[in-house]
Amino acid sequence: MSHSHIDVRYVANLARLELTDEEVATFQPQLEAILSHVEALSKLDVSGIEPTAHAGAVFGKMRDDTPHESLSQAAMLQNAPDQAQGQIRVPKVVTDA
Amino acid sequence: MTITRLRRQLLAGETTPAATLGKLAGEISARDGQTGAYLSHDLEAALAEAANADLSLPLGGIPIAIKDNINVLGQPCTCGSKFLENFISPYDATVIRKLRAAGAIPFGRMNQDEFAMGSSTENSALQTTRNPHDHSRVPGGSSGGSAAAVADLTAIAALGSDTGGSIRQPASHCGVVGLKPSYGRVSRYGLVAFASSLDQIGPLTQSVEDAALILQAIAGGDPLDSTCLDAPVPDYLSGLNDGVKGLKLGIPKEYFGEGIDPGVRKNVEAAIQKLAAQGAEIVKISLPHTEHAVATYYVIAPAEASSNLSRFDGIRYGHRAANPADILDLYKKSREEGFGPEVKRRIILGTYVLSSGYYDAYYSRAQKVRTLIRRDFETAFQQVDAILSPVAPSPARKIGGFSDDPLHEYLSDIFTIAANLAGIPGISIPCGSTDFDGGKSLPVGLQILAPHLGEAKLLQIAKAAEA
Repeated sequence: MSHSHIDVRYVANLARLELTDEEVATFQPQLEAILSHVEALSKLDVSGIEPTAHAGAVFGKMRDDTPHESLSQAAMLQNAPDQAQGQIRVPKVVTDA
Repeated sequence: MTITRLRRQLLAGETTPAATLGKLAGEISARDGQTGAYLSHDLEAALAEAANADLSLPLGGIPIAIKDNINVLGQPCTCGSKFLENFISPYDATVIRKLRAAGAIPFGRMNQDEFAMGSSTENSALQTTRNPHDHSRVPGGSSGGSAAAVADLTAIAALGSDTGGSIRQPASHCGVVGLKPSYGRVSRYGLVAFASSLDQIGPLTQSVEDAALILQAIAGGDPLDSTCLDAPVPDYLSGLNDGVKGLKLGIPKEYFGEGIDPGVRKNVEAAIQKLAAQGAEIVKISLPHTEHAVATYYVIAPAEASSNLSRFDGIRYGHRAANPADILDLYKKSREEGFGPEVKRRIILGTYVLSSGYYDAYYSRAQKVRTLIRRDFETAFQQVDAILSPVAPSPARKIGGFSDDPLHEYLSDIFTIAANLAGIPGISIPCGSTDFDGGKSLPVGLQILAPHLGEAKLLQIAKAAEA
């Protein structure tokens, strides 16, 4: 955490976000200001401290493995952007070689 | 009109659930054009439910407004986002199922910051919500629509969600009661996830008793949410009037430092004196890691958000970009077109802190500091029954005030986010009003924090402070 530079375009691609050049220019200083603030954490001694992932965590809670009704096909498809023959339709993703 | 009072009128036959809904619809037409709290409301569906309302149930025939990130069968669930602008919920969230079981009628979809990311409701991609006390100001956020409607008397009560203060802060800014329950007290099944280790659903109401009534209905275990606790739900109403005599209430010095508006300080200190006059013992305490709470939160919450929001890919539901070149282009364009700037900022920040080479420096370290913050509270609660503080450093600001400075806005979350990091319950109750920044008189909130699953005592103290 020695610097607060962030390659916005690179990280946005990891997050599957297309950004406009304007957005990159806006986000760059904003994100760097936030990361600079976060850098204060590096001054704290956290050696030997266990991380907290969940406050008051419940571990290994299982429900009974009994069959129950779930959403119908019609309910599952009602918000699909495109559908055909009871399935979600997507653009062709495999192209000819 | 509180739930308690409406319930008396319903039971006495002075009004009916249908008449109540009709009256609310009238109030919405009269005032919500200005306030903008409601994204939509389905009077026909609510009237159909009202026809079968069972008034013998604890919330029989009571309409409750729902933040637009909680699924109600057949109603929109936009999360304030263009991405979900046309989404219709195919099921009820567990809290809705429980509200219905208690006789309540979900009525109205309340505006919010997009995906609950924000403190002003300005990040809604769909609508501006204004503070009913001064229409040039924000209602707070992210549950700004819920808070504004309860304050504007266009809703009897509402549900919101709180990840870093998103119930308590708008409640404070709008002058209503807002309760964030303990982590695990209320099921999140059917709440659109923002940051899963922090999110909780809770009520926004016109009185502490109403908050207790709603919590009573929605608390308890749920096989559909593995983080939801099976711990028995106590009776939140029986001890509500037990007062504060003999209770120890902690005042953390870190919550009363510089940067607090003098009007906020004055009102909060007066509320503390009022509780002292009722027999509470006021104890000075310290929560030494408070200054690190904002940084810790703004690593953990965006990290979890970047993971949770990866489900919005344009395939199964929500916005899909037209004419993509290939599948990657479909994902990237759908997300670019569907998400607003604050959501993008947080996804990028979250992806960055989780990425290879930065994970240990940011995410892992923030989780360890989170342990230190949690321990601060554990230590404090060995000395005191509850903690008192302001909810926000200032009353509601003007609309548009921080639009280019997200860090500044994040820093104003300082007093509310620690409760989410520690998983403890917190409530905001109105404690007066003050002139601020040349505006009209604006509400100020008192925050009360209690140990994990300490909602009964929290509500008892809040009731004493309200009286």
